[in-house]
Amino acid sequence: MSLTVLNVIAAVVIAIAFAAANAAYLVWAERRGAARIQRRPGPNINGPFGLLQPPIDGIKLMTKQLMIPGGADKILFMVAPVLAMAPAIMSFVTIPFSEGIVARNMDIGVLMIFAFASLGAMAILFAGWGSRNKYSVMASVRAVSQNVSYEIPMLITAITVIMVNGSMDLKAISLAQAGGFWHWNIFPSLQSPLMPVSFIIFFICSLAETNRAPFDLGEAESELVAGFHTEYGSMGFGLFFMGEYANIVIGASLTTLLFLGGWGCPFGLFPGVWWFLLKIYLLIATFIWIRWTFPRTTIYGLLNLSWKILIPISLFNLLLTAGLLKVF
Amino acid sequence: MSAPIQLRPDETFLLNVGPQHPATHGVLRVKMQMDGEYIVKAETVLGYVHRMHEKMGENRTYAQYLPNLSRLDYLGALGYTHGHVLAIERAAGIEVPERAEYIRAITVELNRVASHLFWFGAFVMDLGGFSPLMYAIQDREHILDMLEAVTGARLTYCYYRFGGLYNDVDDDFIEAAKRFIPRMRKSLKKYDALVTGNIIFQKRLEDIAPVSAEMCRKYGATGPVARGSGINFDVRKNEPYSVYPEFDFEVPVYHECDSMARYKVRMDEMEQSLRIIEQGLEKLPGGPIMTEKKPKNIKLPVGDFYQAVETARGSFGIRIVSDGDKNAYRLKLRSPTYSNMHLFDEACEGMLIMDALAFMGSLDLVIPEMDR
Repeated sequence: MSLTVLNVIAAVVIAIAFAAANAAYLVWAERRGAARIQRRPGPNINGPFGLLQPPIDGIKLMTKQLMIPGGADKILFMVAPVLAMAPAIMSFVTIPFSEGIVARNMDIGVLMIFAFASLGAMAILFAGWGSRNKYSVMASVRAVSQNVSYEIPMLITAITVIMVNGSMDLKAISLAQAGGFWHWNIFPSLQSPLMPVSFIIFFICSLAETNRAPFDLGEAESELVAGFHTEYGSMGFGLFFMGEYANIVIGASLTTLLFLGGWGCPFGLFPGVWWFLLKIYLLIATFIWIRWTFPRTTIYGLLNLSWKILIPISLFNLLLTAGLLKVF
Repeated sequence: MSAPIQLRPDETFLLNVGPQHPATHGVLRVKMQMDGEYIVKAETVLGYVHRMHEKMGENRTYAQYLPNLSRLDYLGALGYTHGHVLAIERAAGIEVPERAEYIRAITVELNRVASHLFWFGAFVMDLGGFSPLMYAIQDREHILDMLEAVTGARLTYCYYRFGGLYNDVDDDFIEAAKRFIPRMRKSLKKYDALVTGNIIFQKRLEDIAPVSAEMCRKYGATGPVARGSGINFDVRKNEPYSVYPEFDFEVPVYHECDSMARYKVRMDEMEQSLRIIEQGLEKLPGGPIMTEKKPKNIKLPVGDFYQAVETARGSFGIRIVSDGDKNAYRLKLRSPTYSNMHLFDEACEGMLIMDALAFMGSLDLVIPEMDR
């Protein structure tokens, strides 16, 4: 009994540490990546290649005073950043990094991650409403409508994958794709010829779900100042930031597990956690690349993309896959 | 794009955009009556950087007033000082050597390219794309370096004098300018590929924020804003001054009236400015840069003088009412941004706040120039 409790605690601590370390160093990677794209050096003063910048930033954020604006809803204002970070950590618990490295493998892993991801919208709504700032309210309304619209095609696409692999267990889905890149779900199969389309839809949705550019309407710093976290400073802001990056890692992990064969090697050699990490960081690099290349979409363009293009296509794909699964 | 929903003017809230909002690029304040994300009514509030430049013009001699003009518009300052020296020279009947006029044209056009480059970067940043700003600033840096070598300043130039120039250009400048032209043309192609062709960018601008030619006339909008609405008016062509008649260049005009048209006008103008610089460098005559016959203390004859020039933002006019003294009796500056800005209130009604702020970017506002 006590061993199980210890196990759970260790899993959660490792998940938090992984999330925090990722958040810190992804910020560094993002800043270096952006600097490279923009032909400037980026953070390079503290430590080799500026690698000490993230801990210093962390110390700065932690030692700043936590300001609560007058007229703000104190409870919602304080709860929101925690609510942004906590579900992201919980999702890490069920993500298998390789066959052996998983904190708690669940039969309903995919469902659990989506359930926790939906909580992120609550955090944004609380933050926007609690701050009593008109810009924050507008941003949170945008972000929530965006999250709701993009969850639908994302889930439908995930269901397609689940149907093909016959499991909601992330480990099982990944194992089903083992042994060479031609087994990966991203490539069309007899049962599901539209898999590349599914992958693209899933990728776009994960960009939108994490509020990343070009879909960063919840922040939209040139219009809404800083969006839903305008009023946040110190670690309140820090938690939102960490939550955002943790969500990016989860999005990339989920894409890898569902479409890119998880921890499997493209050539069937030495499957393991290194392949998994390589794949997610490549995906994250793509996220960064996209962010620093594209301008922002409008809110209506964004919603139209989801409701008029992505949802019909993913629904058609779902029906087609269901039909073909019966045939083959 | 008009609002697809019926606006409810009775259920609105007031959104105070500015004076310190990232989209206004300065201390401009807009009071917006909002219905959700739609603007029901907007009211611009100006004057946060009012520095009484017109009043200062009455208290200083004409020469002392020269540096003030470059404090109006920190992005395209040379055009404004050009207007002032032209006005005084015409009123006082001072001859200007040809070489000086050519150098003025070259430097003004360089400054125009620099101004448009910065606008380009800031505009794309308003739309959420950060990287083009860095590319644009890098190109602009070459221009600023060149101008610094000649004029001694990077932004607030006081280079022109009544009857000529403060300093002659050297071979280094001419070489640098000649090197710059092909490099800039290459950059313009890159911007086209990176930004103009981007589908998100096009969707954000096309058919957004239409400003009719009639509205431009009503508010006195000039420059790229008017030319994006199909009005073929460029002071350099319509009321030629300096040596502009000697140059072969076109005035880009677009009839779409949307934000994209204003964007394209400016991008094409950079190419035309490069053409002017190219021809100017080719034709650059020798000779003095300063006239011999110039009174030490300039006093204008009694009268009313007006000179318009085409700056990066539109038609800049300076009106001097002289009572024969060594400073003006009344000095009026017609700043193009001030007129262009006032379109905003009317044009942005019923617009989404996102589109409205993108539209504001497409007007190319420089707040100190507007407030004077």
